[in-house]
Amino acid sequence: MTALASRSARSTPGDTRRRLVVIGNGMAGARAVEEILARGGAVQHRITMFGDEPYGNYNRIMLSHVLSGEEDTGNIFLNSLAWYRENDITLHSGVRVERIDRFAKLVFSDDGRATPYDVLIIATGSRSHLPPMDGMYTPGGRLLPGIFAFRTIDDTTGMVSYAQQDHHHRAVVIGGGLLGLEAARGLQSHGIDVEVVHSGGHLMNAQMGPDGGAVLRRSVEALGIRVRTGSRTTAILGGGKVRGVQLRNEPDIECDMVVVAAGIRPNVEVAVTSGLPVERAIVVDDHMRVPDEDEIYAVGECVQHRGEVYGLVAPLWEQAAVLADHVTGADPSSVYLGSRTATKLKVAGVDVASMGLQAPERDTDEHVVFSEPSRGVFKSIVIRDSKIVGATLLGDSRKVAYLTQAFDRGLPLPEERVSLLFDLGGPGEEAGVAELDGDAQVCNCNGVSKQAIADTVKGGCTTLSGVMDATRAGKGCGSCKLLVRQVVEWAADGAVEEDPAAAYYVPGVPLEKVALMTAIREQGLRSVSAVFAALAPDGAEDAKSKMGLASLLKMMWAGEYIDERDARFVNDRVHANIQRDGTFSVVPQMKGGVTSPEQLRRIADVADKYNIPMVKLTGGQRIDLLGVPKEDLPKVWADLDMPSGYAYGKSFRTVKTCVGQDFCRFGTGDSTKLGIEIESRFQGIESPAKLKLAVSGCPRNCAESLVKDVGVVAVDGGRWEIYVGGAAGAHIRQGDLLATVDDPETVKLLAGRFMQYYRERANWLERTYSFVPRVGIEHLRAVIVDDAEGIAARLDEAMQRSVDSYADPWAERNDPLTHGQFRTSLPLEVLPKVPVR
Amino acid sequence: MSAGLTGDGLHVLGPVDQIPVGEGRAYGVAGEQIAVFRLRDGSLRAVSAVCPHQGGPIADGTIDRAVVMCPLHQHAFELETGCSTSGAGSLRSYHVFADGEQNIVLQLL
Ligand SMILES: Cc1cc2nc3c(=O)[nH]c(=O)nc-3n(C[C@H](O)[C@H](O)[C@H](O)COP(=O)(O)OP(=O)(O)OC[C@H]3O[C@@H](n4cnc5c(N)ncnc54)[C@H](O)[C@@H]3O)c2cc1C
Ligand code: SF4
Ligand code: FES
Repeated sequence: MTALASRSARSTPGDTRRRLVVIGNGMAGARAVEEILARGGAVQHRITMFGDEPYGNYNRIMLSHVLSGEEDTGNIFLNSLAWYRENDITLHSGVRVERIDRFAKLVFSDDGRATPYDVLIIATGSRSHLPPMDGMYTPGGRLLPGIFAFRTIDDTTGMVSYAQQDHHHRAVVIGGGLLGLEAARGLQSHGIDVEVVHSGGHLMNAQMGPDGGAVLRRSVEALGIRVRTGSRTTAILGGGKVRGVQLRNEPDIECDMVVVAAGIRPNVEVAVTSGLPVERAIVVDDHMRVPDEDEIYAVGECVQHRGEVYGLVAPLWEQAAVLADHVTGADPSSVYLGSRTATKLKVAGVDVASMGLQAPERDTDEHVVFSEPSRGVFKSIVIRDSKIVGATLLGDSRKVAYLTQAFDRGLPLPEERVSLLFDLGGPGEEAGVAELDGDAQVCNCNGVSKQAIADTVKGGCTTLSGVMDATRAGKGCGSCKLLVRQVVEWAADGAVEEDPAAAYYVPGVPLEKVALMTAIREQGLRSVSAVFAALAPDGAEDAKSKMGLASLLKMMWAGEYIDERDARFVNDRVHANIQRDGTFSVVPQMKGGVTSPEQLRRIADVADKYNIPMVKLTGGQRIDLLGVPKEDLPKVWADLDMPSGYAYGKSFRTVKTCVGQDFCRFGTGDSTKLGIEIESRFQGIESPAKLKLAVSGCPRNCAESLVKDVGVVAVDGGRWEIYVGGAAGAHIRQGDLLATVDDPETVKLLAGRFMQYYRERANWLERTYSFVPRVGIEHLRAVIVDDAEGIAARLDEAMQRSVDSYADPWAERNDPLTHGQFRTSLPLEVLPKVPVR
Repeated sequence: MSAGLTGDGLHVLGPVDQIPVGEGRAYGVAGEQIAVFRLRDGSLRAVSAVCPHQGGPIADGTIDRAVVMCPLHQHAFELETGCSTSGAGSLRSYHVFADGEQNIVLQLL
């Protein structure tokens, strides 16, 4: 009855197009529809799509980046809702199809709707497999809080918010395949301590053999992820939420969250219920048609073709094209004969490529292996009858393009097998790209061929970013970007335009930093709006460029800079760090980490008086008062009566120190005194990115000086080592030794000179850990220590000018600089709440 | 911060110079939170004050002639239309202007 009702309601009189219904709005379903539209299918079909996720169509591959925080969920959508509208596609999102009536040609969904079709496409994909373990479910039948699958946007955002709760520190990932390792790496970026428990004998056993697995394990462990292989999880421990996992024959592991990445299962329920042929997945023929059903097709991970089920996107792109050829009648001879899957991925930051056999199978198979575990490099190729039948590459994927093609097409191989693994002075990578056939797939995620890239370049688009935008190549997992660049370079025949914008100091002013500084100086541009007026195209302001320009001008002009407050980021307008709930955090200066009972008492009083929800010690040895509403900032500063600690700026922030010689048994230098002197001298100076410093009293390095932007270590004989370019954040890098000097005065001089050089030469937001390796420590030593360029005096003088123009920003408390500088920008109750202890 | 109501859904929010040039300030108008910006060319723009992404304070954002960028995750929104240029949901936009006495007048319909 409902069927008839909605049937008549839906048909538009006069519309004679066939009704095409798609079940599943994932990567395969949407791609199939795109292919159909590309073949003019909109004229023939009125398209309706069902998807049980409450979203448009997104790039599932990018969830790994969402988990690690590199990408926002907003940026991973492939087709916006506007796309559906523009193409006249009816999208039922958040609606699940339950049954197909093949005879009445109706699709029944869980919103009570019955939708008629003339042609049906099933693209239901797969879901995470949750192997049975004790204690996984609550008595109500739901997953125990803290257990996650890794498949959808909701899974991913759920994991992120759970991982960000401060009392969650440890996670166990069940499964050491591709997804498990991605999950482990992603969780790490939220500060979670991760252990991977894998039942196989080695990691990624579906893609590589034990030797490669061992090298991969080393690389993964070097990232700080613990790995346990040959281990089976038998139960999840915990009452109301996860507290740990139980292993067979091994001690329990305590943890706060569990991610299950133990494989996937095709979603075949709809097909089974509706009487379609299902084995491991929904069976289809070479036309992607369900056998004996003229009008039902299936595509993607829910499909079994010639006995194979694929779990990667590249095959489903090929399937979607064949399907579209038939649905639209564009090419009735088109057939899908299966895909040879070559996986080419970046897993947890490690390049991994694998294809075909993992190891030799016959006595006559040749096996070429190269292994260098300390660098995380492993390469193995299996050759049969002078053809490549399998390859595994880890940690170095430069030869991937050629190998994939040789594998796909059975190309004849060079006599000297080793040249399959390395470029031996012969034709280099360029030639490697030239050898590729036009239809070789360069970007697997988005199915872009070498030819498509070459055509785009020939069409006049000769920048890497332009080609990426036009073809979507390199916009999936990103592992092929290097190859895309090589193809663009090859196709442009050397005439590649370096994407000019990539070199601009800020996006809105088309000049590199040195040229920009020259223009600013020559034209005497002292304010951000003056720079836009003089140097930006059409004099147009650009919001994204303001903060970088403000920083640069302040550095260049010091006291003569004209300060326009709207050019600053909100942190720099109110001298505090904006938090996720719109409140601010206040960190008073505490030079060298030294404080006094009097200061502590005052801080405590302020915290009481203003109901500060959280008082916390920072990693830089200071005290952070979190959750201060904007309008309270001036009063809080007044009551603290301490200078700003600059915890909010792209500027010099803090100097961490150890106890040093006065109290420590080991100290050989007065680290505390030097730290305080450095902080007093350089407080508040602008820089391209934040600067965190440290001074340690001996090589035991209690202040962690080796991983600071500038780190100083006292060594025997009263001398001091200066390290630059260290980091212990998202990137970890030990600083390079700049110089060993005899006295604290020289430390201050050279540190200041280094910082000034960095301020003048670094790109906007480029931390010293990128800057130092980019310009090279030898070069820095030559310029800063040996004055090879004769600019040392000028650098010192420029730094001195900045030091002299210092004023404590918190002095603005008594005299707001702009009207309503500290007025609230939101009623705080509508903001997302942050947890308060 | 509260507003006087005149006819036609027009609300007078007080003098323009409460808003420094190039910045925004938030106002509560008839139960709605609205961010008003004063562009460098002197004109005004008004959009809803709460970022659709994760509730960020739009009035604390950085602007140019065309867009405002939310301070929390840098999603950008057109000041004229409220539409996001970076894939977030959209803000509402409101008609706003300065009257003869240089008062901010917001139309809420
Ligand atoms: C974190 C992650 C990383 C990955 N990385 C890579 C990678 O680097 N490279 C690679 O090649 N592959 C990768 N993959 C695999 C890739 O995402 C899949 O191969 C691809 O998404 C499969 O597409 P599909 O359309 O068949 O299935 P899906 O994308 O899962 O789409 C199916 C959709 O149909 C919906 N659906 C199911 N049943 C119904 C129903 N009855 N009614 C309505 N809707 C329904 C589902 O909810 C889902 O939204 C990754 C996967 C994940 C989860
Ligand atoms: S770094 Fe050396 S001097 Fe400083 S606290 Fe540690 S052991 Fe003592
Ligand atoms: S809250 Fe506005 S961009 Fe995230």
